[in-house]
Order: sequence, then structure tokens, then C-alpha cells
Amino acid sequence: MANHLHDFLIHLGDNALILGHRLSELTSHGPVLEQDMAMTNIALDLVGQTRNIFQVAAKLQGNGATEDSIAYTRDATSYKNILLVEQKNGDFAKTVLRQFFYDAFNYHAYQRLLKSSNKDIAAIAEKAIKEITYHLKWSAEWVIRLGDGTEESNSRINAAIDDLWPYTEEMFKFTDYELACHDEGIFPDIHGIKAEWDEEVKNIFAEATLTVPEDGWMHDGGKRGVHSEHLGFLLAEMQFLQRAYPGQQW
Amino acid sequence: MENNWPIWEIFIRSKNGLNHKHVGSLHATDAEMAMQNARDVYTRRNEGISIWVVESKHISASDPDEGESLFDPANDKVYRHPTFYNLPDELKHM
Repeated sequence: MANHLHDFLIHLGDNALILGHRLSELTSHGPVLEQDMAMTNIALDLVGQTRNIFQVAAKLQGNGATEDSIAYTRDATSYKNILLVEQKNGDFAKTVLRQFFYDAFNYHAYQRLLKSSNKDIAAIAEKAIKEITYHLKWSAEWVIRLGDGTEESNSRINAAIDDLWPYTEEMFKFTDYELACHDEGIFPDIHGIKAEWDEEVKNIFAEATLTVPEDGWMHDGGKRGVHSEHLGFLLAEMQFLQRAYPGQQW
Repeated sequence: MENNWPIWEIFIRSKNGLNHKHVGSLHATDAEMAMQNARDVYTRRNEGISIWVVESKHISASDPDEGESLFDPANDKVYRHPTFYNLPDELKHM
């Protein structure tokens, strides 16, 4: 089994799964009905992307693995999502900013995956890119509205920037399995993503009257399975049913 | 949270060749947000291919109290329906 490909699929799927779960926690708790629906829709898109990715990973893995066994029966150290997506929802500003940082990365990453030498990944990307394009439009627009909104919304999004900025660099600190996929054309032009992400953030922040922070100390580790304390709590809730009643279906 | 956002009326066209139809209303601060909200609230199940949004205050509605004078006079004028013509059998969908 090509390990780097499997690791990469797990990483891609975990990003979508964990962020999707975080957003699903907000279902029926959104600030207004319309945004409650918007976030629930995004959560569903992300979980749908996870399924497609894990189906490919399960096939690669063999041994009776399924999308469900991959999603629900691993421990925290086997998850390869970036730390950003497991951070707690906080207030609406933090939820929106976390989404924007991720969407801006994801959009440019999936543009590359469209051209992946791996046909399964290219097909997944083709379906996902339409959803991701909308997610980015939604989250970017809210960053602008909050930044260029009221004094209250501006102070909240600035607090969110302070909280989340240290989690952004991990996206561009490529692991061995990402670099190996890059070398095989599975994840082409990996090193071009950061410049495009920087540009995206710079433009949206300028429109939102926000300042892009200086790079300071940055967290990382999630892609290697070293997570913040939040992931364990998230998994405890997300995995409960499959752990308590293995193989349960509905 | 108190919601003082204006109300918008949402119209969706389900496929090419059909009219936009009123599907409901929602809150939004401006037309662009109304459009996104409409997409998220009213097109989740493939309902449409085109959205119109109109802020509710721009719609003028007939007065229900005038209903009798506006609509009842049409009640006994069956000759306004084109049902008295004999149509050839080949003509469908009339």
C-alpha cells in the first residue's frame, strides 16, 4: 500500500470531517435562521466530501475498512487534520474567520487537486470545488461585513484574528506525505498555494479594514497527529454512537 | 439576538422557460446577503436555477378590504373563459 497516498487522503478527509463536525455543533444555534441554515449546509457539504475521500482511503486500506470505520474508530493521534479546524466555535466572528482561513486554503489546494495524477482525487476535487467556491464566498463576505461593520463586530473579528492567526502557518508546513504526493503529481504545485492564500487574505482583509498580523510564533502538529486538547472532546461526542454500539446503522 | 434586518421576498425559477415563483421571505441586510440567504434557505433541494430578491417594502399589495369590488365582478362572466371554442383533437395542452 502506498502509505503517503493513504496518509494524504486521511489528512484531507479529517480536515473536512472535523470542521464539518464543528459546524454541525451550531445547527439550531445560529445567530439568525438564515445563517444557521448556511452553516448547516456547509457542514453537510464537508461531511459529504469526507465520505468521498474516505471511500477511496478504505479501498486502499482493504481489510474490511469502511468510510465509517475510518471516521469513527480511530484515536486522536491517528487524526491528521490541521489544528485550525478543531478549534472551538467561539463566537460567530471566530467561526467565520476559521472558515475563511480554511476555505481560502482549501480553494487553492483543490484547484490543484483538480489536476491530480490520481483519478479518484481529481474526481473528488471536481465535485468539491463548486461547494468550496461557495464556502469561500460566504466566509469572505462575512469577514468583510464584520470587519467593516460596527465597533462591536470589528472588535470581535480582531479578537478572532488574535486567536486563530497562530494556526494558519501549519497549512503550508508540508509533511513528508504531502511532499511525496507532490513529487508524484498527486498534489501538484504545492508550493504555490501560500502566495495565493496570502493574496486572498490580504485582499479580503483590506476590504474588511482589517490588518494582516505579523507572523509570530505558530502552532503545528495536527497533520502529524499531535493535536490540541479540543480534539479529544470533539471525538468523544462524534464517535460515541459507533463506540457504544459498533456497526450501528440508521 | 434581536433581528432588525429588513425582510426580502424571494422568487425562484425552477427551470428554464418557467416563471420565477414566489417561494417565501427571509431577513437580510442587503440584496447580496438576501441572494446568498435565499440560496441557502430555498434551493437546498435543487429547487431552482435562478433567484430574484425584492425587499418587501417595495411590493405594493392590493387591499383585502377591497376584495369584493376588485374580484367578485369576474365571478359571473364565464364568457371570458375561452371554453366555448371547439378545438381540433390534434391540439394538445390548451
